[in-house]
Amino acid sequence: MLLIRCPYCEEERPEVEFSYAGEAHIARPADPSQLNDEQWAEYLFIRTNARGIHYERWCHRHGCARYFNAVRDTVTDKLQMTYKAGEPKPDAIGPSGGDK
Amino acid sequence: MNTFRRPGRGRTHPEKELRFSFDSKVYTGYEGDTLASALIANGVHLVGRSFKYHRPRGFIGAGSEEANALVAFDRGPGRKTPNVRATTIELFEGLVAHSQNNWPDVKFDVAAMNDMFSVFFPAGFYNKTFMWPKSFWDKVYEPAIRRLAGLGPAPTQPDKDHYASTYGHCEILIAGAGPAGIAAALAASDAGGRVILADEQVELGGSLLSVPQAVIEGMPAWQWLENSLEILRARENVRLMPRTTVIGYYHDNFLGLVERLTDHERSPAAELPRECLHRIRAGRAVLATGAIERPLVFADNDRPGIMLASAAQTYLNRYGVVVGDNVAVFTSHDSAYEAAFDLSDANVRIAAIIDLREGVPEALLEEANNRGIDVTTSAVVTGTSGRHRVRQICVNTMKNGVVEGGAKTIICDAVLVSGGWTPSVHLFSHSKGQLKWCQRVGAYLPDAPNENTLCVGACNGTFGLSNVLEEGAKAGGDGRTYKTSEPLSGTGEIFQSVPTDRDQTRIKAFVDFQNDVTDKDIKLAVREGFRSIEHVKRYTTNGMATDQGKTSNLNALQIASKAINRPIEQVGLTTFRPPYTPTTFGAVLGYRDGDSFEVTRKTSVDMWAEENAAVFEPVGLWRRARYFPRNGEDMQTAVNRESAATRHSLGIFDASTLGKIEIVGPDAAEFLNRMYTNPWTKLAAGRCRYGLLLGEDGYITDDGVIGRLADDRFHVTTTTGGAPRVLAMMEDFLQTEWPSLDVWLTSVTEQWAVIALNGPNARKLIEPFVDGIDLSLKAFPHMAVKEGKICGIETRLFRVSFSGELGFEINVPAHFGRALWETLYKAGEQFDITPYGTETMHVLRAEKGFIIVGQDTDGTVTPDDAGMSWAIGKKKPDFVGKRSLARPDLVASGRKQLVGLFTEDPEIVLQEGAQIVADRDQPIPMHMIGHVTSSYWSSTLGRSIAMALVKDGRTLNGTNVFVPMPEQTHVAKIGGTVSYDPEGARLDVV
Repeated sequence: MLLIRCPYCEEERPEVEFSYAGEAHIARPADPSQLNDEQWAEYLFIRTNARGIHYERWCHRHGCARYFNAVRDTVTDKLQMTYKAGEPKPDAIGPSGGDK
Repeated sequence: MNTFRRPGRGRTHPEKELRFSFDSKVYTGYEGDTLASALIANGVHLVGRSFKYHRPRGFIGAGSEEANALVAFDRGPGRKTPNVRATTIELFEGLVAHSQNNWPDVKFDVAAMNDMFSVFFPAGFYNKTFMWPKSFWDKVYEPAIRRLAGLGPAPTQPDKDHYASTYGHCEILIAGAGPAGIAAALAASDAGGRVILADEQVELGGSLLSVPQAVIEGMPAWQWLENSLEILRARENVRLMPRTTVIGYYHDNFLGLVERLTDHERSPAAELPRECLHRIRAGRAVLATGAIERPLVFADNDRPGIMLASAAQTYLNRYGVVVGDNVAVFTSHDSAYEAAFDLSDANVRIAAIIDLREGVPEALLEEANNRGIDVTTSAVVTGTSGRHRVRQICVNTMKNGVVEGGAKTIICDAVLVSGGWTPSVHLFSHSKGQLKWCQRVGAYLPDAPNENTLCVGACNGTFGLSNVLEEGAKAGGDGRTYKTSEPLSGTGEIFQSVPTDRDQTRIKAFVDFQNDVTDKDIKLAVREGFRSIEHVKRYTTNGMATDQGKTSNLNALQIASKAINRPIEQVGLTTFRPPYTPTTFGAVLGYRDGDSFEVTRKTSVDMWAEENAAVFEPVGLWRRARYFPRNGEDMQTAVNRESAATRHSLGIFDASTLGKIEIVGPDAAEFLNRMYTNPWTKLAAGRCRYGLLLGEDGYITDDGVIGRLADDRFHVTTTTGGAPRVLAMMEDFLQTEWPSLDVWLTSVTEQWAVIALNGPNARKLIEPFVDGIDLSLKAFPHMAVKEGKICGIETRLFRVSFSGELGFEINVPAHFGRALWETLYKAGEQFDITPYGTETMHVLRAEKGFIIVGQDTDGTVTPDDAGMSWAIGKKKPDFVGKRSLARPDLVASGRKQLVGLFTEDPEIVLQEGAQIVADRDQPIPMHMIGHVTSSYWSSTLGRSIAMALVKDGRTLNGTNVFVPMPEQTHVAKIGGTVSYDPEGARLDVV
């Protein structure tokens, strides 16, 4: 069970308090009606499925209930950092699979 | 006294003699024995039959690595555990155990003919044989194989024991209380942090318990051990956990420990849990899990009496038991000599030491010579015989690795084998630490850790007592040195396959004893093209038994590597997965058993329903009253009565489980505009509207009535099961897509009790109790909401109907729910008020064609599919899911649409989920065009009603479709979904 730092509570808490919420930095188009079918399908369905560094969303469901972003290495399953929703995409620390 | 006891040796307590029974025969042993050591003390080595060939088997080890000696441990009714290793069962007075996998008994086993026909059971035989015809597999082959192969039978009664679980934290968790673990604990606890020292055995000490002759810091090992444990026991920051197996090592230094609390007691106190699962978050894990001796792979190496040299040493030094009177030793490693010398010193005849190696350290040969033990080097055991126990072995000499003819037979009653040592890297591997092949040890060793982990002692490939102690101390943060006695030597050679002069196709040299995998099987798998060790493992099942290959993985890997002709480090190692040893389901469940298996949510009216004989059903985590039978009514009779009472006079229904979310703020209406398909801006305060919620993919995800209490305040209801999902979805959009909206979302599901009154007399009942709300038809029309008081309690009163009758949903603070219910129920006697449950609720709504999300929809149903295009705000520029409604697949024809279904025979109630076809005469498999989603007997209409999702259903209006069932094919006509009061006149009954 992972330990996850909630950037709002500023505390490291066990994974059971959180729920996963999919890939991060995929903004909903401001006016979906302007997108053609292909572009809308891209927004709706297509995800990175990264092997290595992955930007993703979590929700501190059983804590402050806030959604936030995290950088996780999908190879080692290590969370490198977490940050608040709306903050810019940070650089990942080191190469994939690296030890912290 | 037992024949094979050696008084004065071991740590057992001869003054406490215990009686126990094995296969219904009574034996005696001592306190401190395991079932294995006590049986060996009585000369019993044959304790079971093997998995596939039903070959006689005995003990191979003395601890949790045991692969053969699996027994049924019988602690009475509801407490029978199959497949327990006899080497880990602590003896107590009256213990009962049985051998397994044999019939009629362990000495005469009918299925042993499997062994003679073994040519039919090669690797992968499950995959290759018995495949045709298919029905034969289910009916003939599989039952026969299951009867003859396999382990002990599963228990037939519910587990009578209960289990506990707990969370814990520490700075350092040490797995394994051998010399390395104890040295680590001494050092770590000195520094003051919280230290947990866990060991799977009853006594802490690990390998030290088997080497009393060793000397540490000038004192006998057992003295040092006792002193060290005394120091640790005295430290408040140390928790010693014997009988506790670290079963798994998970992310961020989270470890699972199972503590066995009662299995060793004859009659444990009823309140004691059998086991406790400790979930420990450790700052650092120190793994001191030791190493397991490796068997040698040679012909007929599985006879009872053939065991690991270290096991024999443990039986002697720890339990005071010798494994035979005349013992041969077959080894490629020095450590077997120590076992031979100890046995020799305990007056056991050592028939011979057969060493595969050419060169053996002089010191060992000299010690052997001193004891008169005959050592043959460059020699190999090429076969064994003895039906129920090894009686003799064949020994050949080798020249340049080639076996020479002229086998010599040696009479013996036990054979100690040693093929070197395999460090126990299981836990390190669980934590995704990387392993690296080490030629010196001939095994994989821990390399780069993935967590804050330190491996110390034998599991790290470190041997020699002082090295082990110093490495342990260092891991605990202390640089101290230890002075110890050292073994005579500690070298060995790894033989990829033991050479033989015999026809290799005709011998069985076992690698995995528990799954009956031979070296032949592994070579066959490679010949048949398997190259990945993971594939070889699955094809041969090597390492897939309950011992997870503790004694077999490395031997299998070496044989495969030689057969593939690639170095071991390129062949790789199979993955270790938790648990380290077999773990009970009870331990995993902990307290989540029986009534506590999951949470049961109850409304404030629940107890009234229970007192009034309601039959309940689970809905999500809630339990809801399904119907209220009177005088032994069955469900249909009760539902007919309840629904008639509601249609004709007055029904009362507990709707408290409805999800409720309060949405407040200046942008509340705009937020709802964006979330729901319907328009909200123009909805006046005091009015309600049915809301439909889609996913961004355009499919219906939830629905419910939403009331506007004020310009900036909405009371949203959701489905019973959907409440958390809907709130999470709303929060997600609000927080991350529209953070500028000034809106607050609050779950109020449990804050409001909801009493639904339906029927023509609903208004008459509540009118006298309501203050501050004009209930007249005009002032309080259908779909109105007002705040006021009922019986003096603040209420949010909704005029809504899920039944088609005049209806009210009375929301009051939850703790007033039952009081109000009882007041209304009493006052309702004049109208013959009838409580009804979810079943009647379903019938009433289905008569009106109201959908239930999740029953009439399945996550692929659009508003149009459900015939609900009217719920979409056409003028709204956007809402969640709007763009998807224009996706090509969602506007294409041929989608399944919700329709009503009326059986030709009105008495037939279709099965929900039944498939629908257009042509009843087509060949099987038929082409299905839809399925029944809701189906009930409607007493109001005097016939069955149903709803169904049917391809292009609305265009088929009036036509017949068919519902093929096993007994007959039903004919049904497609129609509209609203079967009762389509004009809605019943809503406004005065």
